[in-house]
Amino acid sequence: MMKNLLKILSGREAGIFVMIILFCAAVGLYKPHFLSLNSLRIILLLVPLIMIGAMAQMLVLVARHVDLSMGSMLGFSAMVAGLMYRDMPDIWWPIGFIVAIGVGTLLGLFNGLLVTIFNLPSIIVTLGTLNLYRGLTFIISDARQINRANIPSELKAMSQTSPVFGIPWIILMSFAIAILTFYIVRYTQLGRQIFALGSNPNAAPLRGINVTKVTLIVFCISGALSGLAGIMYASRWGFVNPSNTGMGFEFQVIAAVVIGGVSINGGVGTVLGTFLGVILLGCVAAALPLLGIPGTTQSAIYGSVILIALLIDRSVRQRTTARSTRSWRKK
Amino acid sequence: MDKILISTEGISKQFASVEVLSNVDLDLRTGEIHALLGENGAGKSTFAKILAGVHKPTKGIINLNDRKVEIASPIVAQELGIALIHQEPISFPHLSVAENLVMGRKGKGPLAWVNWSDMINEAQKHMHLLGVEIEVTRNMEGLSIADQQMVEIARAIASDAKLIIMDEPTAPLTPREVETLFGIARQLREEGRTIIFISHRLEEVRMICDRVTIFRDGEKISTSAIDEISDEEVIRLMIGRPLGKYMRKHNVAIGAKALSVSGLSLKGAFQDINFEIKKGEIVGVGGLVGAGRTDVARALFGITPADSGSIRVDDKLVQITNPSDAINLGIAYVPEDRAIAGIFRSLSVEHNLTAAIPNKIAPHAIIKSHKERAFAEESIDKLSVRLASINQPIVELSGGNQQKAILARWLHTDPKILILDEPTRGIDIGVKAEFYDMIGNLAESGRAILLISSELPELLALCDRILVMSEGQLTADIRRENASQELIMKAAVPRVASS
Repeated sequence: MMKNLLKILSGREAGIFVMIILFCAAVGLYKPHFLSLNSLRIILLLVPLIMIGAMAQMLVLVARHVDLSMGSMLGFSAMVAGLMYRDMPDIWWPIGFIVAIGVGTLLGLFNGLLVTIFNLPSIIVTLGTLNLYRGLTFIISDARQINRANIPSELKAMSQTSPVFGIPWIILMSFAIAILTFYIVRYTQLGRQIFALGSNPNAAPLRGINVTKVTLIVFCISGALSGLAGIMYASRWGFVNPSNTGMGFEFQVIAAVVIGGVSINGGVGTVLGTFLGVILLGCVAAALPLLGIPGTTQSAIYGSVILIALLIDRSVRQRTTARSTRSWRKK
Repeated sequence: MDKILISTEGISKQFASVEVLSNVDLDLRTGEIHALLGENGAGKSTFAKILAGVHKPTKGIINLNDRKVEIASPIVAQELGIALIHQEPISFPHLSVAENLVMGRKGKGPLAWVNWSDMINEAQKHMHLLGVEIEVTRNMEGLSIADQQMVEIARAIASDAKLIIMDEPTAPLTPREVETLFGIARQLREEGRTIIFISHRLEEVRMICDRVTIFRDGEKISTSAIDEISDEEVIRLMIGRPLGKYMRKHNVAIGAKALSVSGLSLKGAFQDINFEIKKGEIVGVGGLVGAGRTDVARALFGITPADSGSIRVDDKLVQITNPSDAINLGIAYVPEDRAIAGIFRSLSVEHNLTAAIPNKIAPHAIIKSHKERAFAEESIDKLSVRLASINQPIVELSGGNQQKAILARWLHTDPKILILDEPTRGIDIGVKAEFYDMIGNLAESGRAILLISSELPELLALCDRILVMSEGQLTADIRRENASQELIMKAAVPRVASS
């Protein structure tokens, strides 16, 4: 019992948890009302989209790939759903979810096909589709926004109303995705194969893992969850704009995932770490306006947070490698 | 006992129009340990990989239990009960031992549930059957090579492999680990499994194998029972001529002290190393992998400098804190792992050859390409590096020719002291012979040479003196005339459990 507790406390997750507490305490000292239930609500409302994106990006990074096109997939799927709502006002509103997720999956599949069939590096493929999908969003929307009046009120209500404890639907959904990801990662063949693939891509085919299939599935999941985040964007903000919607999303997502301890080199990452990384990013985002820091500096701050997280990660890892070499020498 | 498990007929393999294997007929019996012997490039590994489904034969037939089979992929091989244990075990370092054991087993679709407790129990059961103690819930990362091999063997047994191919399994192991491995190999033979054992080491083959097949230049030369063939015969068949001719010591006059080292230590790597090398002298360094030999070489070259002790070059006390210090003092280092530390993979042969002499080819920080070309061509000539074009990426050359290129690179710096770390590992016997000759010539020209090698015959034949290291200590300094394999091995093996 003691041993397990120590193991958890010494892990990466504990580090992020401590960072969250320290950060909140520091901000709380300066602005006491940061520690209220209301600001918890603000934090939680900031994170659902990032949470969903981060779960997908975690899988992609663990498989030793990266998906830079998430924000554009989000924007494109949200736009397709928005156009459908505008042009077919009588449609049953939940169809929007199916459409957005379906469109996202197709976009992700396209990324995956380029990566697997042509054996292209995912960073280049998704850099290309980041621009391609954004451009297509402008084309299909004629560069016009889908306005608040066109988004079904039931959809918008999902960001306000709640089935339990006053927690809005979209937050519950994002938590559900996190839990689902945990089970996929830990208890399915697919989850373990994603880790194996990222841990040693050369060994994977020799060990009978269908690398093409696993890679395609990972990119499809990334697309599907970006699509889900797209329809949730429409719910949360009540509009879909071809240039703003999803802009910079992949950046926030990668920040959260890296803070959460997922390795860029593949094979390493946990759902809990990713979850905490998202929450930490949410705390930072919620604290900025409260501290009177203007929105214009936000990007700079996010960027610094990623770099700090990378530095901490590096020093922690160096210390643990040093420890393991020492114990090896003793033997 | 003489039942045939697998037989091959006329197996041939071509890579890009080069035939690496031609017309191999071989029978493997149930419950035998069958050695495949041959020089590097003789085709034995290619043959093993064909059986394991890694390569597809260009032509030929494989029969398993008298039925023709197509081994189209490693997965098919696994289903047919054929397992290949690689020399450097393949593993997923971030996954647990238990997962590594079952990974890739035929699943019931991507969403099939992983039952951790069943998986751990099964893994523990197989570890017990093998009699090895490895915690199955820990990550693979950090396991010793020997333990990783055990996991692979356990994996082969867990998938009920009938044929287990071990590709040079003993190369990275200590003698005690080799004992354990052989014990397990015999146990597997008792259980009626067939083992293919690929090795360079004849004495090991004698210890456990029943029959031996010799490959040379892509052809099967002979198969015979191990007690019916002498060592001399095996060597003759392997290389086509007796080995002795390849290694001869040049007669060299030994000059003044070139390098002397005293009390050199680096925490966690080596302690209190004392030795000296004279001009024209070849000093060998023997020992097991991990004894600290490479660490000493790296310290002398300033890559990871020692933290105490002194180094003298030409009897002058010097400080070496980084490689450019070492280069300026006339020290050159040809590293052990050329793929990682030696070559600039994607650069041309030319750029690789001139990489150590920026000042000579670029007098005012601007590279004069005619000078660069002249230097490169001179060394290609001198060392007879075989290549298609001087502009070709160096990674396309064969191992031996890459090694020559790296040596050539350092010869441009006109080194007085040359440190060679396992220079002949993984290169063909023909190129090896050229290398031995080159090393002799370099000594003749008055250079001091420190030769780190794990091949005892090489050390015995070429060196004036042989130093031996074990666990970071210098344990012997043997003169040429007193040296023997036994003496070196005795000094190399760690003293039992001194901790």
